[in-house]
Amino acid sequence: MKEVVVLSGKGGTGKTSIVGSFAAIAQSKVLADCDVDAADLHLLLSPTTREQNEFWSGQVALIDEEKCTKCGLCQDICHFHAISDFKVDPTSCEGCGFCYHVCPDEAITMKDCLSGHWFISETRYGPLVHARLGIAEENSGKLVALVRQNARSIAEREDLKYIITDGPPGIGCPVISSLSGANLALLVTEPTLSGIHDLERVLGVCRHFGIPALVCVNKYDINEDNTRQIERFCSAQGVEVVSKIPMDNVVTEALVRGMPVVEYARNGVSKEIGRLWEAISTRLGRQ
Amino acid sequence: MIISVASGKGGTGKTLVATSLALSLEGQVQLLDCDVEEPNDHIFLKPNFTKRESVYVRIPKVDEEKCTHCGKCSEVCAYNAIADMKKKVLVFPELCHGCGACSYLCPEEAISEVGKEVGVVEIGHSDSIQFAHGKLNVGEAMAPPVIRKVKEHANREGTVIIDVSPGTSCPVVESIRGSDFCLLVTEPTPFGLNDLILAVEVVRKLDIPCAVILNRAGVGDRKVEEYCLKENIPILLTIPLDTEIAGYYSRGIPLVEGIPQWRAHFLELYNRVRGMVTSQVSQ
Repeated sequence: MKEVVVLSGKGGTGKTSIVGSFAAIAQSKVLADCDVDAADLHLLLSPTTREQNEFWSGQVALIDEEKCTKCGLCQDICHFHAISDFKVDPTSCEGCGFCYHVCPDEAITMKDCLSGHWFISETRYGPLVHARLGIAEENSGKLVALVRQNARSIAEREDLKYIITDGPPGIGCPVISSLSGANLALLVTEPTLSGIHDLERVLGVCRHFGIPALVCVNKYDINEDNTRQIERFCSAQGVEVVSKIPMDNVVTEALVRGMPVVEYARNGVSKEIGRLWEAISTRLGRQ
Repeated sequence: MIISVASGKGGTGKTLVATSLALSLEGQVQLLDCDVEEPNDHIFLKPNFTKRESVYVRIPKVDEEKCTHCGKCSEVCAYNAIADMKKKVLVFPELCHGCGACSYLCPEEAISEVGKEVGVVEIGHSDSIQFAHGKLNVGEAMAPPVIRKVKEHANREGTVIIDVSPGTSCPVVESIRGSDFCLLVTEPTPFGLNDLILAVEVVRKLDIPCAVILNRAGVGDRKVEEYCLKENIPILLTIPLDTEIAGYYSRGIPLVEGIPQWRAHFLELYNRVRGMVTSQVSQ
């Protein structure tokens, strides 16, 4: 079983539209949506949820007003400035428990947090593991790890060939959690200066963790000079640009209809995404 | 006044809005790029950086001579970032949040805190705009300490515009906390709507008034407009899907420099936001 993770650095370059199409093309796979704080893949795959689980993670401090003598020690020692006026701001509290340990009046308790939910669903393309991080919650990295663990055990149980993972934007905690131990990263970029800048950083993260990467330039024809610049950059870095997908409004039209673009239109975009999946599966087969 | 520009979904046009808004205003204006994982505003504003500050988190360093291996440090660490192996204490810096509990609570005073660089903040200016952004070091996981450091430069006397990372989790909360108003940039697609709804939940949880900017209007559907109407969220600016606009963006040219007529629209946007913030304060 092999896992490909789709990342981009910059948001909105087309990760989810591409993964949604892979879902329709690839055989023998499980899908994992690791963009847990703004998950969108389910909007293309119309899943039926088979299993819903709570994600309990981390803690938050709570001050008992009756026991508190307002000595102020907790406010002084909190490195996250989460306590003021002897009240804890739960959105600032990182659950370290420092205040709980030092409070001389034992007025502070640590409460477990329900930080989100994760789901195992069935789609007409195969199983999907996805999640929803609670609003303004922390520990997205841990929830990502949980989604990937479950995708992996489904793949093992059902003897599936591929795990196709839709990753989050950025380069921080949930991206690192999506990437660690994967077989391959597909980096989707766009020919804008922002896209190029962000590609360089996310490629750096792949290098840092030793994950091989391939690049796809989406909407390559909106600025062909920039596309050539991406190709030169990738060539200098020894990274292959495996696909250039043209700009086409059918991608949005398919999205509005809630379906993968390869099922909505049989034009250039769909053909190119088909070739892209072939390149990825060939590369995974070689590993 | 602090105005943050957020979105939920990535790639909807936060950078376009934040940079063009900053360039349209008169007086003292500051742009803080808090998307420290993938900062892009500098590409458009090309600021002259005059100062660079490292951002450190404080991680524990154990003096093995003083340590009696009582195990207190691993007992109090909520992140399993320090483990007493009875002969040696192991520290896992990538798990450490830098809370300081272990060093404070060590009965032997055997733990000191040392700085570990997780990113940098660069400060400068672009013409009359004061500029600062943070850059998380590649391979580092935790953006909030870098965001906090960028925000330390906020100068509330003028107008502060904060460009926020996509999503709805800790980096977003850290960036928009303390803002007077939040502009949520979205696009008229099911992805744009789904993530807008999540972003609205975040700003409401933090009790920050918000409005929507609809970008790439003309494609997709009308469900974002229907949602905003139902939730009583004003749409303060609509930017059409336009190859000329996309072309300027792709070359790193701010919209209001490529098409100066847009300056008036951004100024009007600012005035409406200011009006909404002032009326809120007087209520």
